[in-house]
Amino acid sequence: MKRHLISAADLSRADALLILDTAEELASLADRPIKKLPTLRGRTVVNLFFEDSTRTRISFEAAAKRLSADVINFSAKGSSVGKGESLKDTALTLEAMGSDAVVIRHSASGAAHRLAGWVQGSVVNAGDGTHEHPTQALLDAFTIRRRLKGNGTRGAGLDGIRVTIVGDVLHSRVARSNVLLLSTLGAEVTLAAPPTLLPLAVENWPCSVSYDLDCELPKSDVVMMLRVQQERMTAAYFPSVREYSRRYGLDAARMGRLPDHAIVMHPGPMNRGVEIAADVADSVRSTIVEQVANGVTTRMAVLYLLLGGTEFPAVAQ
Amino acid sequence: MCAASSSVAGRDGLAVLDAEEVRRALTRIAHEILERTHGGGQVILLGIPTRGVPLARRLAARIGEFEGLEVPCGSLDVTMHRDDLRLRPARALGRTDLPMGGVDGKTIVLVDDVLYSGRTVRAALDALTDLGRPKAVQLAVLVDRGHRELPIRADYVGKNLPTSQREVVRVLLSEVDGQDVVLIGEDGRKP
Amino acid sequence: MNPAGLPDPAIPDPARAPWLIKGVTVTRSGGQREEFTDILLSDGVIAAIGPGLSNPGAHVLDAQGLIALPGLVDLHTHLREPGREDAETVETGTRAAALGGYTAVHAMANTDPVADTAGVVEQVWRLGRAAGHCDVQPVGAVTVGLAGSRLAELGTMADSAARVRVFSDDGNCVADPLLMRRALEYVKAFDGVIAQHAQEPRLTEGAQLNEGEMSSRLGLAGWPAVAEEAIIARDCLLAAHVGSALHVCHVSTAGSVEIIRWAKSKGWRVTAEVTPHHLLLTDELAAGYDPVFKVNPPLRTAADVAELRRALADGTIDCVATDHAPHPVEAKETEWSEAAFGMTGLETALRVVQLAMVDTGMLDWCGVADRMSVRPARIGRLAGHGALPAVGGPANLTLYDPAASAEVVGPGASKSRNTPFAGMELPGRVVATFLRGAPTVLDGKLA
Repeated sequence: MKRHLISAADLSRADALLILDTAEELASLADRPIKKLPTLRGRTVVNLFFEDSTRTRISFEAAAKRLSADVINFSAKGSSVGKGESLKDTALTLEAMGSDAVVIRHSASGAAHRLAGWVQGSVVNAGDGTHEHPTQALLDAFTIRRRLKGNGTRGAGLDGIRVTIVGDVLHSRVARSNVLLLSTLGAEVTLAAPPTLLPLAVENWPCSVSYDLDCELPKSDVVMMLRVQQERMTAAYFPSVREYSRRYGLDAARMGRLPDHAIVMHPGPMNRGVEIAADVADSVRSTIVEQVANGVTTRMAVLYLLLGGTEFPAVAQ
Repeated sequence: MCAASSSVAGRDGLAVLDAEEVRRALTRIAHEILERTHGGGQVILLGIPTRGVPLARRLAARIGEFEGLEVPCGSLDVTMHRDDLRLRPARALGRTDLPMGGVDGKTIVLVDDVLYSGRTVRAALDALTDLGRPKAVQLAVLVDRGHRELPIRADYVGKNLPTSQREVVRVLLSEVDGQDVVLIGEDGRKP
Repeated sequence: MNPAGLPDPAIPDPARAPWLIKGVTVTRSGGQREEFTDILLSDGVIAAIGPGLSNPGAHVLDAQGLIALPGLVDLHTHLREPGREDAETVETGTRAAALGGYTAVHAMANTDPVADTAGVVEQVWRLGRAAGHCDVQPVGAVTVGLAGSRLAELGTMADSAARVRVFSDDGNCVADPLLMRRALEYVKAFDGVIAQHAQEPRLTEGAQLNEGEMSSRLGLAGWPAVAEEAIIARDCLLAAHVGSALHVCHVSTAGSVEIIRWAKSKGWRVTAEVTPHHLLLTDELAAGYDPVFKVNPPLRTAADVAELRRALADGTIDCVATDHAPHPVEAKETEWSEAAFGMTGLETALRVVQLAMVDTGMLDWCGVADRMSVRPARIGRLAGHGALPAVGGPANLTLYDPAASAEVVGPGASKSRNTPFAGMELPGRVVATFLRGAPTVLDGKLA
C-alpha cells in the first residue's frame, strides 16, 4: 500500500500515468470561477519546510487549499527547530496535532524517509538534500506531455521523447527524480555535464551520459537546465563560472540548434546568464512559467490520490 | 451511476431492455426534452461518466435529427464531490468536458444510465454549483431502479424497473461495451 | 615487556578459589587441540591442563560443548571516559568487553580531554583497574589534541604508569606526511607503534557513505575508497623508509588489502586490523537512511567484504578489532547527515566473527584465537595476554558455546544501543570470561 511519495522510484509507469491523467482533469479547475473542490475537506496538510522555499511551499499550499484541505505552514526559521529541536520531536508534535499529510522539505538526504517512520499520516517529499524531489519530476513530466503531445492527452506516456538534462547532476535532487520518472514513462534521458558534476556510479542509472552539450542539442526534444551554484566553483568542480557557461550554458545560439519543436525547461530559481541566457528563458520555447501552474495541478493530483480515499489506488500494471 | 461491474450470478443476467427498446426509450426521452424545454433552446446535455456520456450524445443526435437543433453536449465527472470517497482507495477521475459558454442561465439536463440511491446526482448538483448558476437542472436516466436514499427524482425516465437491493442492474452500451442491453441479475455481495 | 598485565602486588589479592573447568575443547600452546579436557585455574595462572583433573577446593564449571579461547584482546575500543560519559564509561565499557569475552582492551585517545599526556592516560588506566572487568591499556594520541600539527609527548606517555606502546589519533588521520614520518621514527626508541586511521581529509570532506552506487542513488556525499588506500600506501612506504612499525586501523576496502599484502611481501613491519561489522555488512543497508549503519570508515561493498574475509583468513589482516564506538540515542536518532559515526561492538564481536569466518569455513577456532587474542596482544606489546593456554601461563580465558544461537536484543551492558546487529540472529554465546583466574563473566552474565 502506497502511503507516501518519497522517491520517484516508488512509482510504476501505471502509477505515474494515473497521477498525470488526474492532473489533466484537474487542470481545468484553474479556468473556473470557483477554483475549489470539496474533496479533502476536513483533512490537514502540514507544510514542514526546513529549507527556505517560498515557491514550492506556496505551490503545495495552493494545491491543498484548492482541494479544501486545511493547511498549516511550519518553517524552520524562528521556530523551535531553530533552537535545536530535533526532526523527531518536530514529527511527534505534528502527530499530536493530528495531520493527515506532511509535506517536507529538508536539507538532509533521507529526511523524508526518517519522518515516514515517525508519523502515521502520509509523507510527501518536497525535496530532501541531494536525494529526490518527486513532485518536481511529476510536474516536469506533465509539462513535457502537454507541450509535446497536446492538452488533454490521457493515458499517454513519454515513449521515445528524448530529454537532455544539463548541469550539476551530482548535487541535484531534481535530476535524480527526473531520471527515474522520465525513464519509467518511456523517455530517453541523457545527462550532459562536466565529469566532476556527475556521480561516480552514474553508469548504473537508466540514462546515457555525455560531456558534450552541443552534440546532444540537435537530438533533443526537451532540454532541462539545472541550476548551478556559485559555491561549486570554490570546491573545484569547475574552474570558473565563465568556463562553465561557455561549455554548458544554454544561450540563444545553442537554442537555435534545437529541433523546431523542442522545449526548454528549468526547475527554478534560475541563474540568468550562468546556465541559461535571459533571452532563452523568456523565449516561446521556454516552459518555465507554465511549470509553475502545472506544479499546483500535479500536486493537487498527488494529494488527492494519497488522501482522497482510504489509500493511493493500486493500479493494474 | 455506473452499474456495478462486479460478477453477476448466472450467465450475464436477464435482459429487461433489448437494443430496440433502448432505442425507442431514447427517442421518447428526446421528444420529452424538446416538449418540456419548449423547443430545447438554452439546453445543455451533460452526461455523467461513464455511460451517461454516450447516452447524452445519442440524445443530442436525436434532437438534432428531429428539430435540426444543435444541442451542446458534454460530460460532468462527479468523483471529487462524492460522499463515499473515504470508504475506498482514491478513484481515478473521469472526464469533465463543458461546452463553450458555461452553464450560467442555461437549462442543464444531467444524463445517466441508472438512477438508484440518488447520491451520484446529488454530487453532480454540487459540482454544477461550483461551475456557475444554471437556470434549471433536470435529470434524464435510462433506468430508474428505485431505492432512493435522498429526495431526488428524474424528470425523464427510459424505464422504471422495480428491483430488490440484492439485484444488480447493468446497462451495456455499444460505445462502451459493444452492445445495447439492460441486464438485471443476482449478486451475493453488497454493491 | 609491559608489566601492566601482571597482578600488581600492591593491590591486596582477594581470596580467589581455584576454578576447575571440565570437559572443554582447547587449542593449547604448541598447537595441539584437545577435546573434552579439563583446565585448572589457580592463583591467577593455569595450573594444569588435561583430562580427569580434580581439585577439592575448586569451583567446578561444566564446560561440555564449550570452546576455551585465550582471553580476547581488543586493539581498538572507545570507552569515552573522560568527557563523554553520557555515551559510555570505563566501567560500562569494560563490562561490555567482559561479556564479549575480552580480558584486555586498548582504549583510544579521542576522549575529552584528549589522552595526549601522561596524566590522562594514567587516569584511564586507573579507572580500568578500579572497575576490574578487564585490563584497560590506554592508547596515546600521536598529536596534541588530535589536531595533527604537533607531536604529543609520546615518550612520557610510554614511561608513565600506563606504559603506552600504541599511539593513534584515531577519529582523525595523521594527514601531514612529515608529521607521520616523525612519529614513526620517534617511537622506535621505546618499541612503540603508530596506529593510523587512514582517511585523507581533503577527499572526505562532508562524506557520509561509501562512494558508489548506493551513495549516488541516495544522494549522500561519497567517501571514496582511495581516501583510505592512498594514506595506507604512503604510510607503508614511510614506515619502510624509516624502519619503523605501522599498524593500520579498521581496514575496509579490497584495495587496502592489496596494498598491505604488497607491503608485507617486502618484509615491511606493517600490521592491520578489521572490524567485525566490516566482515559482515555492506553499504546497501543504508537504503533506509537509518544512521545505525553510519560508521567511519563506511560500510563498503560485498566485494570488499569478501576480500577482507580472505585477508583475515590468510593473515594479511592480522586481527579483529571492534572499534566499539558508543553514542547516545540523540546522536543516532536523526537525519543521516547529522548523525554521529560509529557502532558498538564489544558484546557481539566474537559471534559476528563466528558467523562471518568460522561458519563459512574460512577460519577455524585456532585461527580465531590467533586473530582475536594472540596477534592483537603482540601488536599492542601487551604482556600477560594473548598466549595460547599453557601450564604456568596467565589464567586469561574465554569459554564460548558455538552451538548457541540468539537474536541480538538490547539493552546490553554498554550504555549505548547503537548496534547494527539489533534484531539479527547471531550464533554463539560467551559463557564465561576469566581474568587472571577470577571470573568476570559466568553463565553469560557479569560475575
